[in-house]
Amino acid sequence: MGDVAVAASGLAKKYRIGLRRDPYGRLSETLWNGMTALFRRNRHDPQVSDFWALRDVAFEVPAGSAVGVIGRNGAGKSTLLKILSRITEPTLGRAEIHGRVGSLLEVGTGFHPELTGRENVYLSGAILGMRRTEIQRKFGEIVSFAGVDGFIDTPVKRYSSGMKVRLGFAVAAFLEPEILFVDEVLAVGDAEFQRKSLGKMSEIGQRGRTVMFVSHSMPAILRLCNRAILLDRGRVIADGSTAAVVRTYLESGLGRTSERVWEDPTDAPGDHVARLRAVRILPRDGSPPEEVDIRQPVDVQVEYWNHAEGLLRPSVNLHFFNDEGVCLFVTNDWNDRGWWGRPRRPGLVTATCRIPGNFLAEGRIIVTAVVSTYNPTMVHAMEHDAVAFNVVDRSTGDAVRGEYAHDWPGVVRPMLEWSVEYAPSPS
Amino acid sequence: MTESAEAVAKRIPPLVIEPRHGWRDLGLAELWEYRELFFFFVWRDLKVRYKQTFFGASWAILQPVLLMAIFSVSVGRLPGVSPAGVPYPLFVLAGLVPWTLFAQSLAGASNSLVAEEAIITKVYFPRLLLPFAAVASFVLDFGLALAVLGVMMVIYGVTPGLSMLAIVPLTMLILTTAIGVGTFLAAVNVRYRDVRYVVPFLIQAWLFASPVIYTSGLIPEEWRTLFALNPITGAVEGFRWALLGGDRPSMLILVSAAAALVMLVTALLYFRRTERTFADII
Repeated sequence: MGDVAVAASGLAKKYRIGLRRDPYGRLSETLWNGMTALFRRNRHDPQVSDFWALRDVAFEVPAGSAVGVIGRNGAGKSTLLKILSRITEPTLGRAEIHGRVGSLLEVGTGFHPELTGRENVYLSGAILGMRRTEIQRKFGEIVSFAGVDGFIDTPVKRYSSGMKVRLGFAVAAFLEPEILFVDEVLAVGDAEFQRKSLGKMSEIGQRGRTVMFVSHSMPAILRLCNRAILLDRGRVIADGSTAAVVRTYLESGLGRTSERVWEDPTDAPGDHVARLRAVRILPRDGSPPEEVDIRQPVDVQVEYWNHAEGLLRPSVNLHFFNDEGVCLFVTNDWNDRGWWGRPRRPGLVTATCRIPGNFLAEGRIIVTAVVSTYNPTMVHAMEHDAVAFNVVDRSTGDAVRGEYAHDWPGVVRPMLEWSVEYAPSPS
Repeated sequence: MTESAEAVAKRIPPLVIEPRHGWRDLGLAELWEYRELFFFFVWRDLKVRYKQTFFGASWAILQPVLLMAIFSVSVGRLPGVSPAGVPYPLFVLAGLVPWTLFAQSLAGASNSLVAEEAIITKVYFPRLLLPFAAVASFVLDFGLALAVLGVMMVIYGVTPGLSMLAIVPLTMLILTTAIGVGTFLAAVNVRYRDVRYVVPFLIQAWLFASPVIYTSGLIPEEWRTLFALNPITGAVEGFRWALLGGDRPSMLILVSAAAALVMLVTALLYFRRTERTFADII
């Protein structure tokens, strides 16, 4: 390999977290913080701290190669792509890029709901860096790839979400930069369209262009990339052939994990109030967390070291996501009213939440575990994507889908009570 | 490794990504490279503006005309608000047409970055395109309103002379001011959403601080130069002179133009300086 397409050295990115960056922020909290900030003597705010999303990241990508970037959520993958795409600046370090860059960090970038499909193809194409003449030339191909021919002059707000995704991806798929940065965009759309987009992506790779590709899907990474970089907590911890790096990822427990245990408290997420000790998935019927029967309840258990006393009452909240990143629901241990009212003493707390059977949808469920106190809201320990498990439907006929074997939409799949009545027709 | 990739790598100087500090140039060359995207943004704003409205683009005309009617039956009845011999409706419309261009493009520009949060965090392009396009998208509305002003002039039997051509540079003066103040507010808005509440108030106050519904003749002579530091003063008085005649307010226009240029350059430099953090804090 002669030329280098992307070379990075010492890249680092610092974010300030707390206040506005806090993903669990609420309006009232922000107002409160804003009001108290007026009266605070110095600008130092204990709730704001520095967070290094990337630290000392260095790598080289030879021209014409396809590199996968893997790691857990929050490992810095997206931040890395944002820096290379010039959306945000690094705090430290330097990267050099040789060639015309295109980036695809979202499907349907710049789509406006009031505009028609046709208008949006032009708009989104232009925003992604295509010339008008180039879009004109590829227009037919884009529309037929997306399969929205009949609706091309309908406002996009009347499209189904699937159609929107297909059209958005189709525009991007016809970008022709020399270097393409792609963030987790293949995880959208139905299975067939995903296959089609994957095909398109590998086509791009084969045309001698350089691709950097972020994904949680190991099969996609294995298929598309000849090299992979594994990030964890902002650092590159493996860089090499795709197969080897994917193996490292899976074996390190960074990928799969239905159980996380922090034996060493100094290494565990947390602060002086609460520190996580373990988060685990416990299917009630004892089946492996990789294949939880959709009909069976699952326990999610959080253990944390509590250092709070008296009225400062930490509580555990769990955020459940599917593999498209949609938050399914959030639940908090204060629903155990007895526990919530009790004054706290230092020690090990074990909080277990039972998810009933016939409630989750099939697929991968990813759980973020948080320990917080309230009034004001303070996050003490948080582990993004702490654990994950798979829900499977064995088509036994007695689950929600019954005998129906096709796609069953919905982010959850609760078994609800039905009552159906019948009156014979008067004849 | 293909031939073309190699050739390209040699042709284009590498793009260097590293932290930048302090003041930066205005990046005008890059803006020019992205001119096509600029036109796409303008086109989109125009397309979207009056979608699903009953009156459609007639809003561009209705707004100044309705304001003219309101001011004519209220302020217009006061003695001395317009110079002798000029009918107040015509007088106030000649002020409201350029004013509306200013007020709308200022509001549009201030909001332009925040409204595009989704693309700012997903794709790179010179961010200045957004406030620029927001301002430019109101020029068409302005053209329509100007036509109405023309009709009003015919009704009142006013024929402008060659001085009419001055409305082109005077329109530039308004756009310069709107871009100046608008890009500055757009950049501040990224960090402090208070701007959203300040802008409507600012525009209202600015209307009364400018000789739109009254003549600058009401301002004492010795204060007039100070008054013209508000670029809209020079622009509006210039507009009236260009279309309705009277003494040429050269001093006002010069002071206003100088003030507008200072605002523009300051705002652009400030924008460029803060631009690098937009995606992080928007």
